[in-house]
Amino acid sequence: MKTFFNNPMVRRFITAAAVLAVVAVMTGPAGSTEAPTSGFTGSFSERSSFFGLFETVRWVPFLFLALVFFGLWTMWLARGTQIKSAGAKVMAVPRAATERRPVRWGIGVVLLFVALILPHVINDPFWQAAMVEQIAVYVLLAIGLNVVVGFAGLLDLGFVAFYAIGAYVTAWVTGALPTPPLFGIHMDPFFAIPIAIVIVMVAGIVLGVPTLRLRGDYLAIVTLGFGEIITIFANNLYGITGGSQGSALIPHFSLHIGPIKYAWGLTPVPYYYLTLIFVVLFLAAFSLLEHSRVGRAWTAIREDEVAAESVGINPLKYKVMAFAIGASTAGFAGVVTASQSNNIFPSSFSLAFSINILVLVIFGGMGSIFGVVLGALIIQTGSMYLLHTPPAGYQSSDLYIYLGALLVVMMIFRPAGLVPSRRRRREIVLSKAGEGHPDEVLTGDEP
Amino acid sequence: MGGFGHYLAIHFDTLRKEFWFLFVGGVANGFLYGMVAVGYTLVYGVLRLINFAHSEIFMSGGFAGYFVMKALIGTSSPSGFATVYLIVIGIVAGGVVGAVVATLLERVAYRPLRKRNAPKLAYLISAIGASYFLFNMAGKEFGRYSISVPQPYINHTVFTIFGAPVQLYYIVILIAGVIMLLGLDRVVATTKLGRSIRAVAQDAETASLMGVNIDRTIALTFIVGGALGGAAGFLFGLGTGVVYTMGFTPALKAFTAAVLGGIGNLRGAMIGGLLLGVAESLSVVFVQAAYIDVVAFGILVAVLLFRPTGILGERLGRAA
Repeated sequence: MKTFFNNPMVRRFITAAAVLAVVAVMTGPAGSTEAPTSGFTGSFSERSSFFGLFETVRWVPFLFLALVFFGLWTMWLARGTQIKSAGAKVMAVPRAATERRPVRWGIGVVLLFVALILPHVINDPFWQAAMVEQIAVYVLLAIGLNVVVGFAGLLDLGFVAFYAIGAYVTAWVTGALPTPPLFGIHMDPFFAIPIAIVIVMVAGIVLGVPTLRLRGDYLAIVTLGFGEIITIFANNLYGITGGSQGSALIPHFSLHIGPIKYAWGLTPVPYYYLTLIFVVLFLAAFSLLEHSRVGRAWTAIREDEVAAESVGINPLKYKVMAFAIGASTAGFAGVVTASQSNNIFPSSFSLAFSINILVLVIFGGMGSIFGVVLGALIIQTGSMYLLHTPPAGYQSSDLYIYLGALLVVMMIFRPAGLVPSRRRRREIVLSKAGEGHPDEVLTGDEP
Repeated sequence: MGGFGHYLAIHFDTLRKEFWFLFVGGVANGFLYGMVAVGYTLVYGVLRLINFAHSEIFMSGGFAGYFVMKALIGTSSPSGFATVYLIVIGIVAGGVVGAVVATLLERVAYRPLRKRNAPKLAYLISAIGASYFLFNMAGKEFGRYSISVPQPYINHTVFTIFGAPVQLYYIVILIAGVIMLLGLDRVVATTKLGRSIRAVAQDAETASLMGVNIDRTIALTFIVGGALGGAAGFLFGLGTGVVYTMGFTPALKAFTAAVLGGIGNLRGAMIGGLLLGVAESLSVVFVQAAYIDVVAFGILVAVLLFRPTGILGERLGRAA
């Protein structure tokens, strides 16, 4: 019996079946408080079609998929290295091309052009709104968190706090909170942008200076707590934040410069362009920052803090900088969301939000700006698609099951992300040649 | 300043009146925090990292206890010997399920990374992912509303100390907590398993040279920590009901307790749990109930800033 279970083929099959059983439960019907086992049993016994071919019960197609998975896995173990080297040969030409600067610029211009005409191609109101609220804003948030997690290697689980601060500052400045507005006048949300960014960066410094001295895992839990605390305060300080009722109407953006007059309204497309401008600005700034003195200091700290300190880099200073700079995008995102949706509610600033942004960064590739943007586009479009046309048995809150599983899977199989940063790719190539360890660059280990 | 002095005078007066009442509740909560905190501290000892998914071990223990209680009690109202037997069954169920979840967690989210010698950040992210997966899965399967657990006893005041009523529920927690924490302390201090846990915590490489099976020790550490966390989940659920998000706040507080006592220090985690429970309970006098969680967080930040090694100091792998 024991030898039977020690057989690698048997173990592989059991693992494949277990993985597919978990997938079956993940995608299956939901249980309820009254019938808590119905979700589990229904996941296997409910009627379903066998890939559109014939009617059967759910466990049949999943068993079939487990067999397919098992077969692919076995094949990969036998042929994996050949497939990989063949793939590397095919990819060699495009990869070499993208290393060249003119090609990279060309791709950037083409992508920008696509982004500009996109709202004219997509007319569906759901998708037009989603493009602003759930995609463009999230791209912005992801490139901000990438500075903290990817460049500086600090795990920030309270990113939502800065987003919330940005949104509440907007409400405050425009006079939508019970608190009297800044300078006593109701300003246009445009003025909220610089004010929110400054306040958020100050908040980043205030939170960062004491906590960034801590070890990485302590930092994660303190930021996690901070994110929760902000929500508690927003919920309970009735006189200042409006409590759980949120704020009164926050005005839309409007522009009055000489002859130019424009007012943003309920339609999402103008907001899309406004956000796009800032996405491009932040992208440019962060790309420059990555290879600047500051960016190199971040890399040095991330890889080996002690070594960085010994060559004269002040780790705390640069970590706080990363924290504050990353937070600035969250502050801006808060302004846009608050103004566009007119309202803010404390309940929307939850931990789930921070985790969602973290998933975008991890999936795309920590430290890789292009990867993070791509990751954000893919995941947010996917989750919006699921919201728009939910498959049978899917509830909107199931999204976090998938995102959580994705984090684990990425860490096990592809910790560098979908598009690893160039530095990381170099390390992986070097480690294959026997130099160094591919994971050493992810973050400096504690002494 | 006169206003502030007045404020303090009023609140200290309330504190004096309510002290024993709050103290009793605080101690009971403290035992629960301590039972979860030892899970953090044990795992920290052998792996040098915070098990972010420990909250979901707690949650699964709570649900296991709920299902067992529902199946065994139904609509009856047990008392006497049946109560004792039901509570023991509930604790065992919570503990077993907690241990199973902890084992799965270690196998899926930690072991592949350990084999690759991954950096800390990867473990944290993987654990957060696992935690998210688990509690949202529980939400999907068991519904998203808080459910009250069928009670194995009729809760009543058993006796009073200094005029403060002590409920049966608190006594159950107290007895279970004392037995389990003392038992754990003895296991780690005297048994072969405890010796190997301490050896791995002190120096994993040397321990493996001395013939300690590191993989096995880590797996067993997760089982022990998971069992206590799951049992605590059952006891917690008995009082406040079970819901898929129930793990988050108690686990954050238990982590605070572990840091307060000195992470890696077993007795520190127990003392930290008790101190935090009492401090939090007494703070009700000074702050509104909504800000209770802020108090625990403030304690965490203060400890990390001023004494990051905790009250008893970080002690990895020494008996007690």
